[in-house]
Amino acid sequence: MANTPEDLSYTKDHEWVRLKGQDATVGITDHAQNQLGDVVYVEIPKVGDKFETSEPFGSVESVKAVSEIYMPLAGAVTAVNEALNDSPELVNNDPYGGGWMIVIKPDNPAQIDGLLTAAEYDDYIKEEASE
Amino acid sequence: MRYIPNSPDERRSMLADLGCQDIEEIFAQVPAALRLTGPIGIGAALSETEIISYFRRLAAGNSVDYQSFLGAGAYSHFIPVVIDSLISRSEFFTAYTPYQPEVSQGTLQYIFEFQTMICQLTGMEVANASQYDGSTALAEAVLMAARVTRRDKFVISDAIHPQYREVVTAMTRYAGFTLDLARHSEAGTLDADSIKIDKETAAVVVQSPNFFGCIEDLQALADAAHEAGALLIVAITEPISLGLLKPPGACGADIVVGEGQSFGIPMSYGGPYLGFFSTLEKYVRQMPGRLVGEAYDEKGRRGFVLTLSTREQHIRREKATSNICTNQGLCALMATIYLATMGRRGVREVARQNLQKAHVAAAEISRLKGYGLRFTAPFFNEFVVRTPRPAAEVATRLYARKILGGIALGGYYPALGDSLLVCVTETATKQAIDDLVTALSEL
Amino acid sequence: MSDRIKKTSRHPVQNESLLFERSRPGRVGYSLPSLDVASRSEEELVERRLLRDDDLDGMPELSEVDVIRHFTRLSTWNYGVDTGMYPLGSCTMKHNPRLNERVARIEGFANLHPLTPAAFAQGALEVIDRLEKCLTAITGLPAVTLQPAAGAQGELTGIMMIRAALIDRGNPRKRVLIPDSAHGTNPASAAICGYTVETVPSNADGVTDLDSLRRMMDEDVAALMLTNPNTLGKFEQNIEEICRLVHERGGFVYMDGANMNALVGVASPGAFGIDVMHMNLHKTFSTPHGGGGPGAGPVAVTRELEPYLPFPRVERAADGALALDFDRPKSVGRVRAYLGNFGVLVRALCYILAHGDEGLREATETAVLNANYIAHHLKDTYDTPYPGRVMHEVVFSDKRQTPHGVRNADIAKRLIDYGFYPPTMSFPLIVQGALMVEPTESECREELDLFIAAMKSIDEEAATEPELLKHAPHTTKVGRLDEVAAARKPVLRWRPADEDKKRAESA
Repeated sequence: MANTPEDLSYTKDHEWVRLKGQDATVGITDHAQNQLGDVVYVEIPKVGDKFETSEPFGSVESVKAVSEIYMPLAGAVTAVNEALNDSPELVNNDPYGGGWMIVIKPDNPAQIDGLLTAAEYDDYIKEEASE
Repeated sequence: MRYIPNSPDERRSMLADLGCQDIEEIFAQVPAALRLTGPIGIGAALSETEIISYFRRLAAGNSVDYQSFLGAGAYSHFIPVVIDSLISRSEFFTAYTPYQPEVSQGTLQYIFEFQTMICQLTGMEVANASQYDGSTALAEAVLMAARVTRRDKFVISDAIHPQYREVVTAMTRYAGFTLDLARHSEAGTLDADSIKIDKETAAVVVQSPNFFGCIEDLQALADAAHEAGALLIVAITEPISLGLLKPPGACGADIVVGEGQSFGIPMSYGGPYLGFFSTLEKYVRQMPGRLVGEAYDEKGRRGFVLTLSTREQHIRREKATSNICTNQGLCALMATIYLATMGRRGVREVARQNLQKAHVAAAEISRLKGYGLRFTAPFFNEFVVRTPRPAAEVATRLYARKILGGIALGGYYPALGDSLLVCVTETATKQAIDDLVTALSEL
Repeated sequence: MSDRIKKTSRHPVQNESLLFERSRPGRVGYSLPSLDVASRSEEELVERRLLRDDDLDGMPELSEVDVIRHFTRLSTWNYGVDTGMYPLGSCTMKHNPRLNERVARIEGFANLHPLTPAAFAQGALEVIDRLEKCLTAITGLPAVTLQPAAGAQGELTGIMMIRAALIDRGNPRKRVLIPDSAHGTNPASAAICGYTVETVPSNADGVTDLDSLRRMMDEDVAALMLTNPNTLGKFEQNIEEICRLVHERGGFVYMDGANMNALVGVASPGAFGIDVMHMNLHKTFSTPHGGGGPGAGPVAVTRELEPYLPFPRVERAADGALALDFDRPKSVGRVRAYLGNFGVLVRALCYILAHGDEGLREATETAVLNANYIAHHLKDTYDTPYPGRVMHEVVFSDKRQTPHGVRNADIAKRLIDYGFYPPTMSFPLIVQGALMVEPTESECREELDLFIAAMKSIDEEAATEPELLKHAPHTTKVGRLDEVAAARKPVLRWRPADEDKKRAESA
């Protein structure tokens, strides 16, 4: 059973968001990394890049698959996790910690209320699995 | 048919297993109206003897006994006999793309060796497992530069092989790129004043030695490109030149591609050849084509695998870095065996002989009345001769003496109607060079 | 190994290091005539700064014996069609006749320069002209180009031609429709031509879902790219209706002819109503795959599309001589330097002539019979998601083995121990855990029976000894390699040990 921390917000594209003041940290969920298998490469944007909601901002690769990662909230990238360049396995080993991908400054932080709660996300992945 | 093992009885019994009386039943899926009722029209099968004599007769219609000074992207070089012997090992030539590494280590290891030697020769950091040929490798380089820089303007030298330019034009036709032609100077190399680089330029694209055989100043071109944030793409049609010339990687090139036919591959009327493709490590994820990398098994034994495959069409589909699938694996093997056999000294020696012989021929021809060298820039094994009458006519007159004396440039460059592109490799003996000089003097 | 495995036994395999590791200073493997002209100083001929100064450091130095041993040892680590059955679906790994090799090496072909004037290359142009005619007869389409160097390049050429024709009609359109069972090259080729790709679902029978196609087909669709038979081994029975639907809305039908080995002599695509198709000479027409090429991807088209074919075209002049025609104002241009992979074309023509009409048909019949024979004998052991008759290949899945924790890759790797090359697994994407098997006509009944027995035995092993499969193969020079580590820290070339160390330190 995938680990889904209570204090984060989630998207149906399997990203998580942790909002602290003006900073929203984004990564992919434990469920997502599990589905993908061993991550070998993470393509992340540059600090300063701006994206709309649901726009792809990067991708995660395993040996035989690529998944795009989508912007949970519109905004500008203020930090990126450089450690993933050398240690993409952080996404597998510590998806909600060392495996974070970017920090964004959301255009509208209130947008986070539209995302899924942990319970809603868990229901969603159960639903997806049964399809 | 001798290539089909089963006897008629075996076939019947297999059909019976499937509950079929007649082979037609097995094609039940194909609507009857779409099935052929008669023969295709190829005719009856020919025996082995008949086929060999048919192809011998056709081959006799090709003049390979002429002394040839043709180059322009395909070169006559000495080919060590071990190449054909080794590539005829059917474990090499009847194998597929090495997707299953445990039973493909032979292919994977030689590709790794090929990648390494291309890097050593070009001075680049990574090379792929091959492209179709030099022309398509160049087109892929242009597409890659657009991905790397996110720009879409290119400055392309007019001294790039004209057919290569045609391929780049065709393959990028629907990409919406702007291709600006930069002109060659009176020296035969790129005219610095005709190169217009700006902040939208993705890359400067040159060939060296260029189509006229002249060696470009790659360092200066790289500096100019980099200043505007653009890349330098270098195409090489005569890779033997790398035995002698400063590698483009040491001059600041970002992508170096070319034709590997000179490395032990027969000219074979234009193919199959070998496109090579090399670049810097930082751009590896934007590269087209297959890559082989080192890997270890559970017991710690070294092996090789196809790697970074997520760039490719079978995984990333319409977002792949290229649509290439089948490449030129066996030709890469030929080049690998060539480079291994010639080795560090042989590659150097072949390059030296090409340089010396071409310069002797150029000097002697330019001493003839009415002839001269069209360009002044340093050259490797090809040079352009100014002819006293239209070069096409000169070439035609040489045919009567069983000499293919060069390529008349008027068809490619209207202003060069009096120019003949002559190539002299190590396969041209002193006698052959003398014969050419004598023939030209007597025309 | 085990008594279950009848086809193979073990023998010692030589180890062999990299060329660079084997290199010893001073060894020489070549012989060249001495330079027979007066030599001058290199710096006199080319400025010093344009010359290399590394003396080709790192390039190998080996004797001829070293070279022969090296590559011979490497070759023994490979499995080829000559080794045994190579049931790689959609790759048509058939016998590569030696006669093809012999004729391609005839000096008049092998040593011919590509820019030899046409008058002195009549034999080569004759090969091109004759092969074009043969492929015209086989496809039922009136014109063929032999320029594309491989199937994917043929696809690209075909879609470029469609785009050019649509531009001439006034609108290039925006989308290309591709069934969900397609090869990955199809969407990649469409994308290079500036089209967005939309996926057409297959129906329960494994063929294009007509209702979906009807819904998706509109005036923005440039083309439908259809593989027929498709990668499930199914013939698109509604092909005429599909063509009609696409044509009604002004689109073109591109047929991927990768699976032409199911059709030659039995049905000709021109009659289906398609507009353009490519063939893979290295599949259907027996030219060797060469460990990943070279191939050739000729493209056949209708009269309407003929003006758009790449230039130059080989044409016969009034005097009977063959010449190159560059005056093709509507042509999409040149997709490759010179005239294509000529040496591959010679081999394919040789194959066609060796078969003749009857032989070509017999090859197709046998290929389809062999695939159905395997389908029939394995249907009770392996899940067949799209049951029933197939054409040249059959797709199984690992559904009945996954409960034991065994996946398609484990089955495939175990087949290696049994003496077979694994089937295709990476597609069709619509079959989870696919095992796509294409035996071709080159397999005799005993080899097919051995394959069937091996697959059944592996199924039993999956239930009783799943660990054996998960660590297979056990008999190869190397076991499963750590592809994850290879992709995380790619090592894509050899470097001298000291250079390697320096790089590690600076990083």
